[in-house]
Amino acid sequence: MDAGRKILLLLAVPVLLIAAWWAATAGSTNFFWPPLAQIAGTFGETWFTGRFTADVLPSLARLLVGYLAAVVLGVGLGTAIGSSRTLRGLLEPVLEFFRAIPSPVLVPILMLFAGIGNEMKVLVIVSGCVWPVLLNTVEGVRALDEVLRDTARCYRLRRRSRLIHLVLRGASPQIAAGARQALSIGIILMVISEMFAASNGVGFTIIQFQRSFAIPQMWTGIIMLGLIGIVLSLIFRVVEARLLSWYTGLRMSQREG
Amino acid sequence: MTTTPIGAAARPETATAMLDVRGLKKVYEGRGRTVEAVRDLTFTVGSGELVCIVGPSGAGKTTLLRCIAGLLDCTSGEVVLEGEKVTGPPPGMAVVFQEYGRSLFPWMTVRQNVELPLKEKKVPKAERRRLVQEALEAVGLSEAQDAHPFQLSGGMQQRVAIARAVAYEPHLLLMDEPFAAVDAQTRADLEDLVRSLWKRLGVTVLFVTHDIDEAVYLGRRVIVLSSSPTVVLEEVTVDLPDERDQLTTRSLPRFAELRGHVYELVQQAKSGHRPAS
Ligand SMILES: Nc1ncnc2c1ncn2[C@@H]1O[C@H](COP(=O)(O)OP(=O)(O)OP(=O)(O)O)[C@@H](O)[C@H]1O
Ligand SMILES: [Mg+2]
Repeated sequence: MDAGRKILLLLAVPVLLIAAWWAATAGSTNFFWPPLAQIAGTFGETWFTGRFTADVLPSLARLLVGYLAAVVLGVGLGTAIGSSRTLRGLLEPVLEFFRAIPSPVLVPILMLFAGIGNEMKVLVIVSGCVWPVLLNTVEGVRALDEVLRDTARCYRLRRRSRLIHLVLRGASPQIAAGARQALSIGIILMVISEMFAASNGVGFTIIQFQRSFAIPQMWTGIIMLGLIGIVLSLIFRVVEARLLSWYTGLRMSQREG
Repeated sequence: MTTTPIGAAARPETATAMLDVRGLKKVYEGRGRTVEAVRDLTFTVGSGELVCIVGPSGAGKTTLLRCIAGLLDCTSGEVVLEGEKVTGPPPGMAVVFQEYGRSLFPWMTVRQNVELPLKEKKVPKAERRRLVQEALEAVGLSEAQDAHPFQLSGGMQQRVAIARAVAYEPHLLLMDEPFAAVDAQTRADLEDLVRSLWKRLGVTVLFVTHDIDEAVYLGRRVIVLSSSPTVVLEEVTVDLPDERDQLTTRSLPRFAELRGHVYELVQQAKSGHRPAS
């Protein structure tokens, strides 16, 4: 399939949806469903006259810090738990319990401990993002090939090299799957934590617009969130494609063979 | 090869024991299922010897090798390597696994796979380069250095695993049916490669195979195993000249005799025959 055709197929549905939205709201006089044309018209002035640095960047910074902390924590704990049967036996029931708690309910609790500042929001993001990373890492580490483990033992790989060259690399496809899930959870939690209590951020801004009945502006906020999601997932894909090119190749060769 | 070969003449016939397997027994304990894979194995391998092990499929050859490598705890008996009881993989040992494809790191290129153990051994960089290059050339894979294992055929993957073991310059080399996946011509070349490395490096080699010709051609001794639960059926000394080559050695009358003898033993093993104890 040539590149042009691919891009065409990729864009077909989004373009259709936008067109449908545009057409459906074109002559709208409903206060809550302003015409898409009007929303699009206000987008620029709403977001690029100061709000980008005042609201979008702080949101992104909190997301990034929380997300990266969650990935590091999840991979670290997941590796330890995945490598040790004892640890797994001890922690598995507890992990299931914590995983089952929806992280947004932690917001009011964390507010009590960590106030309403950045720490609270980062903690909320960490507490939600860490689970998919952790559980997938555990699975990835457990699923390492037995023969590969034996090989590493025979050639007496030291702890450090074993961790890097065998465990982390071997579990990296699963870690990436967990990190991808965590990314979308992170965006959701970023918004929710800002809706509860904040003085800036995309989620805060959307709530402000809604409360002041600035409906087209509110809609632009939602579009902004969607765009943030798309850009972050694109970045994620680029990084993943670089780190896991071997895995893509391996899977393709298995499918053919 | 320019190095002086250390042939049989240079090697005392009554070599000191490199490896001592004493009363080895291995019972696999599974959920509600216990398999007595190896019952009682006792044999000795001299330093610098090349010994082949043959036996029917399921005889416990892989089990034996894993016990010797220190990857598997035996149920009773012991493995003594260079005077020390094996409790884990000893230094200076390389293993070529039967599941060669799974023993290569898929996220590394061929060269990285061969180089990793050398890095762990802290071999200096220049020396490392040379060893990797030589080993890959020896198995005919210098072209494929930058490929990933999954881009290679089964036989090529097997040769990467062999190159990795060879570059490591081990004292003890354990090979588990290493040539099962390669074509006849490559197989002959690799057999000669193993022989020449053995001579050149003075490494002790334990070579598991199901190919009787191969066992007789390669080995100085062939240990024939019974079917599971396994004991040693017979140790056959291969009294062929030490300079071997594919054509002349294989056409010697003595080769045919030995081959016939081992063949008979394996047939007996398959039909469940055990030595009178
Ligand atoms: N991990 C295991 N758990 C339980 N039983 C096992 C295990 N590994 C091997 N066995 C059993 O032990 C016996 C010997 O197996 P082993 O793999 O050592 O044989 P082998 O001689 O290497 O066979 P082949 O020539 O087919 O490779 C078999 O009956 C097998 O089913
Ligand atoms: Mg086997």
